[in-house]
Amino acid sequence: MSDKQPAALVDIKNLHKSFGQFEVLKGINLSIQRKEVVCIIGKSGSGKSTLLRCINGLEVFQSGELLVAGQRVKSDDARAMRALRQKVGMVFQSFNLFPAMSAGRNIMLAPKLVKGMPNDAAKALAEKLLKRVGLADKFDSLPHELSGGQQQRVAIARALAMNPEVILCDEITSALDPELVGEVLQVIEALAEEGVTLIIVTHEMNFARKVCDRIIFMHMGLVHEVGTPEEIFNAPRTPELRSFISMK
Amino acid sequence: MSSFSTWDVIRNLLLSVPWTLFLSAIAFFGGTVLGLILLVLRIMRPNSVGRIIVWYVQLFQGTPLLMQLFLTYFGLALFGINTSPLLAATLCLSFYASAFLTETWHGCVMSIPKGQWEASSSLALNLQEQLRYVIFPQAIRISVPPTVGLLVQIIKNTSLASVIGFVELTRTGQIITNVTYDPFFVYGAVALLYFALCFPCSIWGRSLERKFNVKH
Amino acid sequence: MELIDFSDVVRAWPLFLEGIWLTCVLTVVGCLGGTLLGTACAWGRIQGPVWLKAVLACYVELFRNTPFIIQIFFIYFGLASVGLKMGAVPASLISLILNLGAYACEIVRAGIEATPRGQIEAAQSLALNRWQIFTRVMVVPALARVWPALVSQLVIIMLASSVCSQISAEEVSYAANFVAGKTFRSFESFTVVTACYLVLAIILRKLLLWIGPHLIFGRMRF
Repeated sequence: MSDKQPAALVDIKNLHKSFGQFEVLKGINLSIQRKEVVCIIGKSGSGKSTLLRCINGLEVFQSGELLVAGQRVKSDDARAMRALRQKVGMVFQSFNLFPAMSAGRNIMLAPKLVKGMPNDAAKALAEKLLKRVGLADKFDSLPHELSGGQQQRVAIARALAMNPEVILCDEITSALDPELVGEVLQVIEALAEEGVTLIIVTHEMNFARKVCDRIIFMHMGLVHEVGTPEEIFNAPRTPELRSFISMK
Repeated sequence: MSSFSTWDVIRNLLLSVPWTLFLSAIAFFGGTVLGLILLVLRIMRPNSVGRIIVWYVQLFQGTPLLMQLFLTYFGLALFGINTSPLLAATLCLSFYASAFLTETWHGCVMSIPKGQWEASSSLALNLQEQLRYVIFPQAIRISVPPTVGLLVQIIKNTSLASVIGFVELTRTGQIITNVTYDPFFVYGAVALLYFALCFPCSIWGRSLERKFNVKH
Repeated sequence: MELIDFSDVVRAWPLFLEGIWLTCVLTVVGCLGGTLLGTACAWGRIQGPVWLKAVLACYVELFRNTPFIIQIFFIYFGLASVGLKMGAVPASLISLILNLGAYACEIVRAGIEATPRGQIEAAQSLALNRWQIFTRVMVVPALARVWPALVSQLVIIMLASSVCSQISAEEVSYAANFVAGKTFRSFESFTVVTACYLVLAIILRKLLLWIGPHLIFGRMRF
């Protein structure tokens, strides 16, 4: 490791995670830099989502080391977890918008409560972010009044409102009807171009090819291959990756 | 003036428990018989008799049991019937129970999927046969847990019969308190006795609910 | 003397009105207090330390398995005999609030436990603490989920306030007894008051079913 290398934003060393007797992550080693856009691909059950959820503490890992922006992730310390989650945002497969609040208020909630932002500033921020994801006129709409794609874009805006250092995307288009996938991917692409650090678990291979700086292929709980999109898709080295790509 | 020992108090309270159970049993069985009749009538003639039954249920569910007891007691007297607290209490509580039971059971029957009705009528079963062979067996299973819950309600509601003079557990407690001037102990003991009657039924109802949910 | 004659009883309408006023006060304060208490207890039963969970479980089971009249007798007469005296109205309110609290705890708890896990995870990912998650994300949808059951329980409490007449709280059942005693027209007096309760129950139910969607949880779908 060279001294001149910038400190990684997310640093994972030998991470092990089991559900009961079943070991899902068998020693993950991974480093993600600022402004990097990383896609994690792999079969179902390879541990992709579990790894993502370990990074913001929704899953607790048994051994190994996980550092985010230099701070070690301590799952038993509630205050440390909240501090961590101000730096790490997440967008979920099933959107998980709060049904009792409008789109705008969904976005305003965390900045007001966690950062103590005054109401007017939070409202202005929410309006700005809704405009950024292309939903400027939907401030007062309730989640059930929006399509899946619109809900997911609100969810992205909600994660952006906390100004995190990295955003985790957990299969954010898997629950969408095919014609709605594009509008969400467009937003992510725009974020990538602006330099937001993104870790994306996805099945959308074309999107991964287009947007990511690095692709990580996971297989059976381990990082199997890492490379640029060209290396992964045009020159897969291992048979598992070859068969995975051929299936897509 | 006689002085009651602690054991005297408890003994007298325990002696009144059978009356509470007796009143509960009569109310429950009377309510069951009437409730079943009303249920079948409501299913067979939903638009004529059924509407009246809906009002009947709303009457009992929308007025206090205390008032119902007073009305029964004084109302029967008006018609020349020699009313005892026992007669008024058993009659009123039976009708009260019938309203709640029939409403609960109606809900259980209505929750049977429409497909069951359609399938059985396509097999040319008439209404009676549908109810007897297809609908009721399923509805009975669903209805057992809430019916046990209503039984607990009935046991607790017998306490109000004390107000029209029926001597069950609550009235005995009042009588004893007037003698011993120790309401803390007496009503505390009465509460524990009701708890001892009701809590096992509540637990049983909950375990039945778990059992039936697992099977579903 | 005729068999049934409403005239004396109807003349006593000011007394009934005063009684209705207290019934309404008991109902409103009892319902608000009981619902708040029940929500707090639901929180305690789900998130509290083990000793608190045990205490709350005992409280809930005790109040749900004993008759309301005994609860109110114990609080009014029983506590007075060991030094804690209070008026009939405070005792009625305390009894109603404690009684409703036990039932509301279970109703609200069922609503809270049905919160989809994804919403809790989303709130956690936004760095909200447990109290913020409970009050801002969980409570309102939980109330929306259980609103019909809760409304039924609130109507039951309104009807239960009639028992408060037995400790001489001068609500409308007490007025019925009073007028019956003065006019010797028991049946008529209780009929009038029963009709009042029926109207109050219908109004209360309609009002609460309107308040929920309009003031508390809006047009949400959960």
